Amino acid sequence: MRKTILAAGAAILLAAQPALAQQKSIKIGFVSTFSGPTASIGNDMRNSFELALDHMGRKMGGLPVEVIYEDDTQKPEVGKQKTQKLIESDKVDFIAGYIWSNVLLASLKPIVDSKTFLVIANAGPSQVAGELCSPTVFSTSWQNDQTPQAMGLYMNSKGVKSVYLIGPNYAAGKDMLAGVASTFKGKVVGQELTTWPTQLDFSAELAKAKAAKPDAIFVFYPGKAGVQFLAQYAQAGLKGTIPLYTAFTIDETTLPLQKDLALGVPGAQEWVNDLPNAENKKFVADYRKKYPGHRPSFYGAQSYDAANLIASAVNALKGNVSDKAKVEAELKKANFKSVRGNFKFGNNHMPIQNFYLQDVVKDGDEFALKTVATIVKDNQDSFHSKCPMK
Amino acid sequence: MTLFIEQCLNGLQFGLLLFMLAAGLTLVFGIMDLVNLAHGSLYMLGAYFAATFAAFTGSFILGAVLALAATLLVGMAVEVIALRRLYGRDHLDHVLGTFGLILFFDEAVRLIWGPEGLSLPLPSWLNASIQVLPGVQYSAYRFSIIVVTLFVAAGLYILVMRTRVGMLIRAGASNREMVGALGVNIKLLYTLVFGLGAALAGLAGLMQAPILTVQIGMGENILILAFVITVIGGIGSVRGALVAALLVGFIDTLGRSYLPDILRELLSPAAASTLAPALSSMLIYLLMAIVLIFKPEGLFAAGRK
Repeated sequence: MRKTILAAGAAILLAAQPALAQQKSIKIGFVSTFSGPTASIGNDMRNSFELALDHMGRKMGGLPVEVIYEDDTQKPEVGKQKTQKLIESDKVDFIAGYIWSNVLLASLKPIVDSKTFLVIANAGPSQVAGELCSPTVFSTSWQNDQTPQAMGLYMNSKGVKSVYLIGPNYAAGKDMLAGVASTFKGKVVGQELTTWPTQLDFSAELAKAKAAKPDAIFVFYPGKAGVQFLAQYAQAGLKGTIPLYTAFTIDETTLPLQKDLALGVPGAQEWVNDLPNAENKKFVADYRKKYPGHRPSFYGAQSYDAANLIASAVNALKGNVSDKAKVEAELKKANFKSVRGNFKFGNNHMPIQNFYLQDVVKDGDEFALKTVATIVKDNQDSFHSKCPMK
Repeated sequence: MTLFIEQCLNGLQFGLLLFMLAAGLTLVFGIMDLVNLAHGSLYMLGAYFAATFAAFTGSFILGAVLALAATLLVGMAVEVIALRRLYGRDHLDHVLGTFGLILFFDEAVRLIWGPEGLSLPLPSWLNASIQVLPGVQYSAYRFSIIVVTLFVAAGLYILVMRTRVGMLIRAGASNREMVGALGVNIKLLYTLVFGLGAALAGLAGLMQAPILTVQIGMGENILILAFVITVIGGIGSVRGALVAALLVGFIDTLGRSYLPDILRELLSPAAASTLAPALSSMLIYLLMAIVLIFKPEGLFAAGRK
């Protein structure tokens, strides 16, 4: 008798198995930094991702969406652990997020090995655009070198003849400095890489830059480090004497702290909050309505696009994401309206897009960023030829 | 040459700041024989208090003074409530107990101020540069740190070497039981010394706050440096702490500024620019290792029985 019950139980379990495999929801893991000094970036990404889900009724392809947010604490080893947890125990369909290139590089192997779809919402290490490109890895941001390359072009147009480069010593920092050096036609008179993310005192580096007497200083310090850098740059008496050019150093998460110090400091970016397309207007307006006192940053815009990219593929497949090849084909179409306007993928699944010059303006009592000019149109990263995908 | 002078000023500023932290640590260890890992937490609290009070009062100076008083009170409270139970016990118990305090303070800060950290903006008159020598422009704020810490160091010297309290502190460092037997209220003395150490740590934290970010765990990194300094200087010796702190400050700053250039002469530029930051952050530990080989007691070992 007991045996029959057991057998019946087993039969029910077995019968339940295919039902489980049938998609009941779309599971997305989102890895970003939600604690420590750069938590404001992670929060902006989460806010924007949530807003995108609100806009689509929190459903993709008719299925409810479940998002699991994981905090990488800005550490590669923690990011890798959290990524493995998402893949192995949560069994997510998609992973999105990643601010830091070094965290992404550490987490990449488990994602690629398990053929989980990844939509990178910020980090853009050269390796992922080149030799480590993968059919299941997409990006709604950029390759690290691109933004500083645009800045290098702008510096040429301003007649800058010599530059001193300062940035953090990790994957993205090296890409950024290499990027600006690749398009800048003048002389790079010096280069400093600082210990990341622990070194926040740039006194020695600023003193050296000052002594080298360059026409300009180029700097890449994301998050709070950018706040510290601008403050120390002013304290060292450099503001007003040596012009500063930046990439990813001034954005809506740091501007409330940088205030006046950021005025007159240009930056390059693929998205600015005042880009005049309907999707962007809706995104910015609804973000400011949903999160009073906050403005979306480019980190948020990329996360908003990441959610919409995933939704475009899931909607096209009516929620059936079991066939990896079909999902890849749908993602590659980039059949969604990006808040940055035109958006398409290159062979390495990195976007081909415009880069704009942004400037800081005073908007009443607040500070805001605005588009000044388009620096480059339809720019593709320089590593795509190293990617074997066609 | 101006670059070298400026880098020396940077080294001096960093060294003196570290001295504020190490002096408290070495006093507490030398006099109370207590290993205090939570010293970094008091540094963090100083920064958090300063950011809070400065925002509340609208004045940087007033915020700093209030923060100093608050850190002193917290330090004395910690001594009375928690650390008194640890005296005379094994050093391992001290480490365990004060490590617990680190976790407590980190979590308390998270509950009170949230996980994102704060910032302490400088008033505009400090956020500029001044001419310290003909041709040498230097950050007004960093220069004021040098001035303040020099005054505090001088005050500390007078307090320890020239006053009655200082005499008791030095006596306590050499022979605790005898001081107690002579009718000195050693409990009160300990509370005062710990409060003084806490205030010094708080001062270092609040002065560092406008340069760095005010964040949870900011004390842990710098605590390691403070321990390196106490080891190099000789445990319990305030003079040793001063010399060692200046050494560490200079080596770290000059290493960061000149090592990349030296390495670039020897290696490929790519290898040099990657290796230099790593190597320059190792220099101070090399110094400690060398000092330990030749003077295991530290440069200025306090006369301990």
